[in-house]
Amino acid sequence: MAASQSTAVAVKPKSNLEAVREAMREEMARDPRVILMGEDVGVRGGVFQASAGLYDQFGNKRVIDTPLAESVIVGAAIGAAVAGLRPIAEIQFADFSHPAFDQIVNEAARVRYRSRNGWGCPLVIRAPFGGGVHGGLYHSQSVEAFYAHVPGLKVVAPSTPGDMKGLLKSAIRDDDPVVFFEHKGIYGGPREVIPEGDHLVPIGKADVKRPGEHVSVIAYGLMLHRCLQAAEDLAGEGISVEVLDLRTLRPLDTEAILATARKTGRVCVVYEDNKALGVGAEVSALIAEQALFDLDAPIMRVAGPEVPAMPYAPPLEEWFMPSAEGIAEALRHLATF
Amino acid sequence: MARKQGAAAEARAPATDLPAERLLGMYRTMVTTRAVDERMWLLQRQGAIAFTIPCKGQEAAQIGAVAAFDPSRDWFYPYYRDVGVMLSLGMTPRDVFLGGFGKFDDPESGGRQMPYHWSLPKARVVTGSSPVATQIPHAAGTGMALQLKGEDGVVFCSFGEGSTSKGDFHEGVNFAAVRKAPVIFFCENNQYAISEGLEKQMAVRSVAERAAAYGIPGESVDGNDVFATYAVVRRAVERARAGDGPTLVEARTYRLMAHSSGDDDRNYRTREEIAEWAKKDPIQLFKEQLIRQGVLDEARAQALSAEVADEVDAATDAAEQAPWPEVADATRFVYAEGGNGRGR
Ligand SMILES: Cc1ncc(C[n+]2csc(CCOP(=O)(O)OP(=O)(O)O)c2C)c(N)n1
Ligand SMILES: [Mg+2]
Repeated sequence: MAASQSTAVAVKPKSNLEAVREAMREEMARDPRVILMGEDVGVRGGVFQASAGLYDQFGNKRVIDTPLAESVIVGAAIGAAVAGLRPIAEIQFADFSHPAFDQIVNEAARVRYRSRNGWGCPLVIRAPFGGGVHGGLYHSQSVEAFYAHVPGLKVVAPSTPGDMKGLLKSAIRDDDPVVFFEHKGIYGGPREVIPEGDHLVPIGKADVKRPGEHVSVIAYGLMLHRCLQAAEDLAGEGISVEVLDLRTLRPLDTEAILATARKTGRVCVVYEDNKALGVGAEVSALIAEQALFDLDAPIMRVAGPEVPAMPYAPPLEEWFMPSAEGIAEALRHLATF
Repeated sequence: MARKQGAAAEARAPATDLPAERLLGMYRTMVTTRAVDERMWLLQRQGAIAFTIPCKGQEAAQIGAVAAFDPSRDWFYPYYRDVGVMLSLGMTPRDVFLGGFGKFDDPESGGRQMPYHWSLPKARVVTGSSPVATQIPHAAGTGMALQLKGEDGVVFCSFGEGSTSKGDFHEGVNFAAVRKAPVIFFCENNQYAISEGLEKQMAVRSVAERAAAYGIPGESVDGNDVFATYAVVRRAVERARAGDGPTLVEARTYRLMAHSSGDDDRNYRTREEIAEWAKKDPIQLFKEQLIRQGVLDEARAQALSAEVADEVDAATDAAEQAPWPEVADATRFVYAEGGNGRGR
């Protein structure tokens, strides 16, 4: 389903985590300017094992265990990027990107603009995000809206292994800073066969993961999979759901969003972040501005509650995260509106 | 281990390896820096430009320090007060005024940034922002990159003493220290961070003492003395180039003007204190040193000042007459438009 420029044949199914690792390995092998830096990314291979084996393969000069200090992880990556390298800076958990917020937003995002192209900042900031992993308030956050708000950044949040690999490779080759969110809840699965060879997926393009006729659901990350589950469940009830995977949050694929909205006339946006002023607000506003008269029902949002972050206790965590059942309920309502 | 450099550095007729021509060039840059600084203040007071941030009093620290670097291979992260650094690195008075007005030909940003947000790709002066100390992690990263690429460049990174309170100072210096990156952290300790004196920023007696926390040398030097500053920074640059890692250098100096055109310094420091420091004016000191060494004489100094005044007048006019940026330009280069920077 993922748009691919590759023509080679497929082999065994891979996980999102393997996809991340393969993308980094291939890009580091292809381009000596690519380095990886972050907490525990070297000898330990990353706390999620995303970089397992890279230290042995590329050495401690290119796979760098940094001090425990997020602002300098990003800041030093910026300094390396302007000096001609292509750093991948790993933030161990997206929740800990906040100490680096200034470096990401005031620095990385503005280097090119503020120097009127005197300098560029080719940099990837990888951050595992999202909940459902018993991580409590500080290992579950969805922080993408903060960064997606910022011109000068590109923000990517893939949900399938093929996209994960193809988009990460594109991000590493991009001439501008890319914040790359990897949902922790889908690191292990579902697996998917990734096309072999130099598999690239373009930044800025959404993907219809399941075509449908009656309602559209738009999502990314773990929620994409819950939407697919909801769509499958509703198919049995005769409701045909189109599932659009945003994949990139900045720049949004306006065309793909408007196309699905116009096709079904009924749209629901699903995201794990709390609802207010999140990605769903932008997607909804876009549709309202440009496709209002193609709609047959008000736009819906299914998202997290307005509490500061995800609680730890299992029933509370479950309450926080939109479920496949909850999404199906919303889509049922939309379909019959 | 913190090492302190005291009175010895303040010798009156210092030995130096800098040839006479070079010293005269540095003197000229100092005089030009002062003239540009004063012109910017005047332009601001006349309402011609919106903002300025004077460096009067800090010229020796700036020009002495940067003289220890090799402009053909080193990298620079100056901070907003560093007119003297930038004129040493090839920026012209006209360039500074273009930035003051916000004209399109401003080589730093095409009129996008406030004055003194330096960027000069051809001289490897990397673009900076307004939040203080943010350049310190960048300098550490550039130092690391030079190591990885096997290049022998050294990175200059300057900031005020108030900025050493910030987390980015700690994170950046520590990072460079851990990696033995070739970075000179150059603190222009002008005694104030806007209204806040040293004792409100740190419980140590000098910025150089902070180096002990990172296991790197910390040197404190008379920043009003070009020769002393040059000597200390030069040693630090040699260490860095030899692979011995970063040094924190504190240049003790004083800001003779208000923090900026928007500041009124009367409620936080006395006129007497300023008058005391004015007696140690770095340009006067350098001039006396050069005369004593036979490199300069009064007549030559006067002729040079007159030349600089003419140059600054002409540069002001040229900048004033230069075109503004077009509004259509404001949407360009949010992202790459083919090629990766180094476009200007
Ligand atoms: C992060 C941040 N906070 C506040 C300011 C506002 N500000 C600009 S300069 C300054 C004082 C800086 O003092 P110091 O580092 O000693 O440098 P100096 O201006 O004295 O040369 C302050 C508070 C800023 N630019 N950035
Ligand atoms: Mg100060």
